[in-house]
Amino acid sequence: MSELSDLIICEYCDAVYQRPRLHAHQRANCRRCGGVLARPHLFHVDHLLALCLTAVLLVVFLGVSPVLVIQTQGQAHPATLFDAVWALTRGPTDLLALVAGFSVILVPLVQVALMSWILGFAHFRQKAPGFRGCMRTLTSLSPWSMLEVFLLGALVTVFKITGRIEVLPTLGLAALAGLSLLIIGMAGRDIHRLWDELP
Amino acid sequence: MTPPTADELGLRLCHHCRLACDATAQHCPRCNTWLHRRKHNSIARAWALMMTALILYIPANVLPIMHTSSFTGDSDTTILGSVVTLWLDGAWDIALIIFIASVGVPVTKFLVLGLLLLTVGRGSERSRRDRTRLYRGLELIGYWSMLDVFVAGLLVALVQFGALGSIEPRIGILYFGLVVVLTMLATMSFDPRLIWDTEPHHE
Repeated sequence: MSELSDLIICEYCDAVYQRPRLHAHQRANCRRCGGVLARPHLFHVDHLLALCLTAVLLVVFLGVSPVLVIQTQGQAHPATLFDAVWALTRGPTDLLALVAGFSVILVPLVQVALMSWILGFAHFRQKAPGFRGCMRTLTSLSPWSMLEVFLLGALVTVFKITGRIEVLPTLGLAALAGLSLLIIGMAGRDIHRLWDELP
Repeated sequence: MTPPTADELGLRLCHHCRLACDATAQHCPRCNTWLHRRKHNSIARAWALMMTALILYIPANVLPIMHTSSFTGDSDTTILGSVVTLWLDGAWDIALIIFIASVGVPVTKFLVLGLLLLTVGRGSERSRRDRTRLYRGLELIGYWSMLDVFVAGLLVALVQFGALGSIEPRIGILYFGLVVVLTMLATMSFDPRLIWDTEPHHE
C-alpha cells in the first residue's frame, strides 16, 4: 500500500512513474503521451478553508444580488442567477431550465457545501464523516459546474443589448467572477490533495 | 526509453482518487470505487451519444432559439441568424464569440471525437501522442458551447416587459442544450487509453 501510493499512473495512457518531488512552478508531464501527471498545490489546506468560506459568502451574496440590471424609462429591472434559469421555463424549454439550474445553481452550491464540510475537518487533520462519498461526489460534479460559462454569457448579454437599453453590470457580476475562479481552483485541482494528506 | 504501463506491472488506476491499485482488486482500497481496466463499452457508448447529439444538432440550428416581439413586429431568431445580425450591426467581436461557442466548439467536438473513435476502432498506431492531445482538448472545450443557452436565459429574464416588447425562449435552444450535454457525455465515455492499447509490446 505505501509502495503503491508512491506510484503515479497517467490517466491518459496508463504509463507508470515514481511520484516526483515537485518544486513550485514545476509540473510533471507524461513522457509517453504528454499529459500532466502532477502539479504543485497552490494553497495550504488552511488557506483552502479560508477561500472556501469566502466562496460561501459569495454564494449567499449571489443568491440575492442581481448579476445584471437594465434601466428603461427610469425603472431598473434586475436579473439574478435564479431569474435567468427560471426564464427558461417560459416557452417549451422547461427541460433546459433543469439543465441550467443544475449546472449554475445546484452543482456550485453542492460543491461549496461539500468543500466546507471536508475542509472544516481537514483543518483539524481529520477526515470528515462521509469523506469518501464527499470526495467522490466532488470529482463527479466538477465537469458539470458551468459558472464561468454563465459569466461569459452575462458579459455577452451586456454587449448584445447595449445600445438599445442601458445595462448596468453589478457587484453580483464581480461576485460571480470570484466564485467561478474559487471553484475552478479548489474543486478542480487543489482539493484532491486531501486524499494523500489526511491519515 | 518508454515507461512501463500499468498492465505490465499488474496495476490499475482508480478513476476517482488516482491511487495506483493492484489489478487483482475489485475496489479501490482508498475510495472504494469499482475498478475497471478500461471504461466499459467505451467506443459503443461514445458513438451512440455522439450520433444522437449529431442528429439533435440539426433542429438546434434550423429551429428558432428565441422569439422577440416589439413595436416593429415579431421575429424568430436562429443561432446563425443571431450571429449574422450581430455581425451586420458591427458587433463582430460578440458575433465571433457566439459563433465559436455555438458552431465552432460543437463542430470541432464532432470531428475530433469522430476521428478518435474511427482511428481507435481501426487500431491505428499513428500519432498516438497527438491524438491523446486532441482528447485533452475535447475535455477542455467541454461545456463552453453552453454559452448561448445562458445568454438566452439572461435576455429573457431581463427583457420581459412592455416598452421593449418581450423575448421568449424557443425549442431550438432546448435541442442545442441537449447537444452540449450529449457531447460532454460522449467525451467522458471515451477512454483515451484505448489510443495506446495498440502499442506493440517489445520488452
